[in-house]
Amino acid sequence: MRKLIDKLVFTICSLSTVLVLAILALIIIYILANGVLAINLDFFTKLPKPVGETGGGMVNGIIGSAIMVAIAALISIPISIGAAIYLSEFGKGYLAVIVRFLVDVLAGVPSIVIGIFIYTIVVLPMKRFSAIAGALALAIIMIPTIVRATEEALKLVPQTLREAALALGAPYWRVVLEIVVVSAHKAIISGVLLSIARVAGETAPLLFTALGNRFLVTVLDRPMASLPVQIYSYAVSPYDDWHSQAWAATFVLVMFILIINLAVRFFIYSKE
Amino acid sequence: MEKKPLADTVVTDFSSILPPRKKSWLMSPSADSAFRYLTAGLAVFLLALVTALVVSMVYNSQLSLSRFGLSFVFSTTWDPVKEIFGALPFVYGTLVSSLIALIFAIPISLGVAIFLTEQCPYKLRPIVLTLVELLAAIPSVAYGLWGIFVLVPFMRNYINPFLEGTLGFLPLFKGPSYGIGLLTSGIILAVMIVPIITAIAVNSLTAVVPTQREAALALGATRWEAMQVVLLNARSGIIGGVILGLGRALGETMAVTMVIGNRPEIAVSLLAPAYTMASVIANEFTEATYDLYLHALIEIAILLFVITFIVQAMAQLLIRQISKGKTSYAKAN
Repeated sequence: MRKLIDKLVFTICSLSTVLVLAILALIIIYILANGVLAINLDFFTKLPKPVGETGGGMVNGIIGSAIMVAIAALISIPISIGAAIYLSEFGKGYLAVIVRFLVDVLAGVPSIVIGIFIYTIVVLPMKRFSAIAGALALAIIMIPTIVRATEEALKLVPQTLREAALALGAPYWRVVLEIVVVSAHKAIISGVLLSIARVAGETAPLLFTALGNRFLVTVLDRPMASLPVQIYSYAVSPYDDWHSQAWAATFVLVMFILIINLAVRFFIYSKE
Repeated sequence: MEKKPLADTVVTDFSSILPPRKKSWLMSPSADSAFRYLTAGLAVFLLALVTALVVSMVYNSQLSLSRFGLSFVFSTTWDPVKEIFGALPFVYGTLVSSLIALIFAIPISLGVAIFLTEQCPYKLRPIVLTLVELLAAIPSVAYGLWGIFVLVPFMRNYINPFLEGTLGFLPLFKGPSYGIGLLTSGIILAVMIVPIITAIAVNSLTAVVPTQREAALALGATRWEAMQVVLLNARSGIIGGVILGLGRALGETMAVTMVIGNRPEIAVSLLAPAYTMASVIANEFTEATYDLYLHALIEIAILLFVITFIVQAMAQLLIRQISKGKTSYAKAN
């Protein structure tokens, strides 16, 4: 009887693993199948067609996403790495405890709330939706991921390395920047890449910051299209052609994100 | 910063860090403290950011805060035309859909975690774990798209009629089935939080000292009985992971907005369309034509922030407790 229960429990555990992997396979297969059917060169090179006409592409969304994610990365990387250096190298007092806690809290704040926040401090004063607002929202979402990854990585650098460099007469700031950060660069880059993969798929914070745009714009104080927002508006539309374009866009987005994720994992595991 | 790629840990070239001949300010202790204050400034900036987040949202929802007060949370009427705003239907939708997600996700995640720590061949373990964690990497709008075109028809044609046929005597499973609704969003949320709970459960289970398990096995316990000892020891970490998953489910926006039906009513049936806090913000924010409407939506955002803040703080406390000796507890987020 006890052996029977034992067998039963572990069979259930295996089955639940199979179930989870099957769901993953199901999702990926649907995105692959529908995406490959819908994708073509136009998707990458053409603007969306007006309602009612078929064809067209999402070049505005692809470029818009690239611009906003790049700006978000430029803003958040120095802030996050600097704050992480403080937490790891200097942070022993109350400030560090509070900031560490707030970083964890920030990681748990729903992305739509970040969108609202940026709306109140950027969009309301500017009186219009803009790409820079979208990029700022994405930057705030990236910060906690990068801070955590960097702090963990810096803490793993052996203390003896710092001492050796200090003993050679280097000032502490150079020890930190040129020895500690450089030794931990792999894990830091991984954290940055993962956070880029995450915000590339964020939709909610862009809905009322960058809004969306049917045209290709490159100025930052105008509404800008992004791939995730376009997927959303096409998916809930009643047109079949838009649905298949939404699948194509999802295919591109998911492939981008999965490739980054797998590359990062390979990158970490290849260390030893 | 990007000066010279040093080898991973072994430093061979010291020329870049040897002191230069001339004494410069950069070598002085004041440069060190400047560096320290610079990084501390960035840390303080993060603190200011979270403070600004709260202050700015409260400031921009004062119309609604002063007009409805606490009754905002308990009123069931959401009628922008008559300028009456009550958040209860959204609070209800958010809590119930997240609860459904937990009901599905907890046993499945624990099953996967036990499989990974106990049964899985050692070489397969990182592969399976990576695959499970990939579920967390898929963006929520992709889940929403999949939900609309795959899960919703499946629920409408197979699961919901079946539930009505067998459990239809319960008010929970009554009513016309559109495919969209609380149950469908709960299932999508479950898929999204399984990787989070699994990752932390695996960490907590492997953090338990192996002697516990070995002692139980030596006393003649079966593997499952020994596992119970391990589970008991890992409980606070596992609960922390569950709460972290709950936090994610509460704040999830796009996937839920696309499959929940977006109707601001409290229906008993789980098959009926509903609305969540996050999805009402996503749907109506750009349509809010007058200030009170906008402020009411921002007040919902504050409510959502407060709930997730509490949930997150609880999760962190529990996870910190178990992993004090261990590094890196959660890469899931």
